[in-house]
Amino acid sequence: MYKRFMKLITFLSILITPFLLVNTKALAKTTKVGFVYLTTPGDHGWTYAHEIGKQMVEKEFGNKVKISVVENVPEGPDATRVIRELAKQGNEIIFTTSFGYMEPTLKVAKEFPNVKFEHITGYKRSKNVATGNIRFYEGRYVQGVVAGLMTKTNKIGYIGAYPISEVIMGINAFAQGMRSVNKKATISVIWANTWYDPVKEADAAKVHIAEGADILAQHTDSPAMLQIAEKKGALGFGQSTDMGAFAPKAQLFASINNWGPYYVEKIKQLRNGKWNTGDGPNHWPGNTWGGMSTDMLLLSEFKNMPSDVAAKAKKAHDGIKSGKIKIFAGPLKDNSGKEILASGKELDDGALWGMNYYLDGVTGKVPK
Amino acid sequence: MESLLITILVTSVPILLAGTGELIAEKSGVLNLGVEGMMLTGAVAALGSVLIFGNPLAGIFFGALAGILISLIFSFFTIFLMTNQVATGLGLTIFATGLTGLIGEPFVGKTISSLPKIDIIFLSDIPFLGSIFFKHDILFYISILLIIAVHFFLIKSRYGIIIRAVGDNHDSAHSIGYPVKKIRLLCVGFGGMCAGMGGAYIPLVLTPHWSEGMTAGKGWIALALVVFASWLPFRLLLGALIFGGITILQFVGQARGWPFPSQFLNMLPYLVTIIALSIISIKTRSGNTLVPSSLGKPFLENN
Repeated sequence: MYKRFMKLITFLSILITPFLLVNTKALAKTTKVGFVYLTTPGDHGWTYAHEIGKQMVEKEFGNKVKISVVENVPEGPDATRVIRELAKQGNEIIFTTSFGYMEPTLKVAKEFPNVKFEHITGYKRSKNVATGNIRFYEGRYVQGVVAGLMTKTNKIGYIGAYPISEVIMGINAFAQGMRSVNKKATISVIWANTWYDPVKEADAAKVHIAEGADILAQHTDSPAMLQIAEKKGALGFGQSTDMGAFAPKAQLFASINNWGPYYVEKIKQLRNGKWNTGDGPNHWPGNTWGGMSTDMLLLSEFKNMPSDVAAKAKKAHDGIKSGKIKIFAGPLKDNSGKEILASGKELDDGALWGMNYYLDGVTGKVPK
Repeated sequence: MESLLITILVTSVPILLAGTGELIAEKSGVLNLGVEGMMLTGAVAALGSVLIFGNPLAGIFFGALAGILISLIFSFFTIFLMTNQVATGLGLTIFATGLTGLIGEPFVGKTISSLPKIDIIFLSDIPFLGSIFFKHDILFYISILLIIAVHFFLIKSRYGIIIRAVGDNHDSAHSIGYPVKKIRLLCVGFGGMCAGMGGAYIPLVLTPHWSEGMTAGKGWIALALVVFASWLPFRLLLGALIFGGITILQFVGQARGWPFPSQFLNMLPYLVTIIALSIISIKTRSGNTLVPSSLGKPFLENN
């Protein structure tokens, strides 16, 4: 029995060998790409958007890339272990797709100087760590315009994940959009202190509605807020992907993160030997921060709003895309009335990353 | 104000249910730290069964059933193999966290329909109070009726007295002829059922979703609640409302810009529990025994 089995194995091996040889030839040109996900694509938000981007890479390169994905990786020491493992397995470029992977990515990058790393939404780079980000705040400006026109109670409820500059600039962009059409409405912010916790996000949404908000916005990842809005007859905006399926009557529109073109571009650079973060301070050439103008940020269809509001939203979108609308142009005042920027000037990217104040239109203070 | 009170009431239901079950289990002398795990099991079973059968009521049944089944694992080890209750309970929670993550994988990203609201005739028409108390889902009413029933059961009924006797001194109870192990098995099973329903309430009413570890510490709050209530059912009801209220207040505080950090409110339930514990400990020394004396001690039959 055993002998026969071994014979079968030998026979099969001989049969397969030519295919294997062909395959290794193809493999020689294959780029190994790694992805680290915070949750699963089933979050229908942040990670789902990355999954769509990854699928675009598969479509573009076909069998010229070999992709490994690790899902559900907590930010912290576990992330270091996972990223190191991906580097060890021979992945040439690794995309780490959450803010909290910044330090782990930098740490592993030091150990593997020949591997390229793309960290998504951070601010620290090195020789082999670049960063990718989307100007999410551009979409939030349009949200603000729609919210300002649609609100009846003049109260907007905003759910933030953590009080970091990335989230704060989104709130402020929202406020700028809202103020461009409505001088009375105010935004109140609840911090969930998590990126993804449907129960907490739902609780925060309920409280906002109980406090009189009729429009909700979120900078957390699950569709829970929109589901609550749908149930209680409020309106809101989807995050990262089109969440209309969860809240057909409540979603006004969603800002859609479109990572695909960026992934494809970076893998192309690597294959052509052009991937580079430069030698300058803070490795600026390694920073990708695209928005509506490069199609990294898209808006879903405008729904559940009158056509004149939709037209104004489209105008805001087009204005940002063409560069006509400057979201953070002076004069800017914070919500205590202190001047931030004089008329005629515009905040630069560095100033956006230093935001630790709310602009006029937001209530409360940024938690220290 | 009205909808805020409703939100607080609804948020309190999972910890009230889980606390009710744990109260009975602890009254019989068994400390089950696996509440968080049993709640998660109930949550995933409820969501899964609604997806399969399409009826939210099936969620209540299967949530409760899953809670009972997983509590049997705990009973088997602690009551029959006489393992350490603290370690086994912690083990159950860790085990269930992993297990539910595995079972729940295909449910991620799917939504279910919530439990329908039932307006109680006449009562729901009372201004203000009516819409706060009498326009809820069936599981809400069950949780309130259950805690009232448990109160009278423990104080008035023969079986309630037997359970308390078993929890206070299992050796004496055994020598009079009560089946200590059987009683404890039933009490832990009841605890599992309640925790399962409490967990089920989260996807069935609060967030129509599955996400890994979605109970997010509610099981631990329920455990703290039982101690806070010093094993008295009506105090448990009050405590559940306070703890639920604190959960919601941390968001309200932020929305209204109260000047203290939300983390402080997060910490409050545990702080209050520690204070309650110290008061109980002082009272116990002066002769007033609220703590079941055999709590956490394994029962050896031939001893």
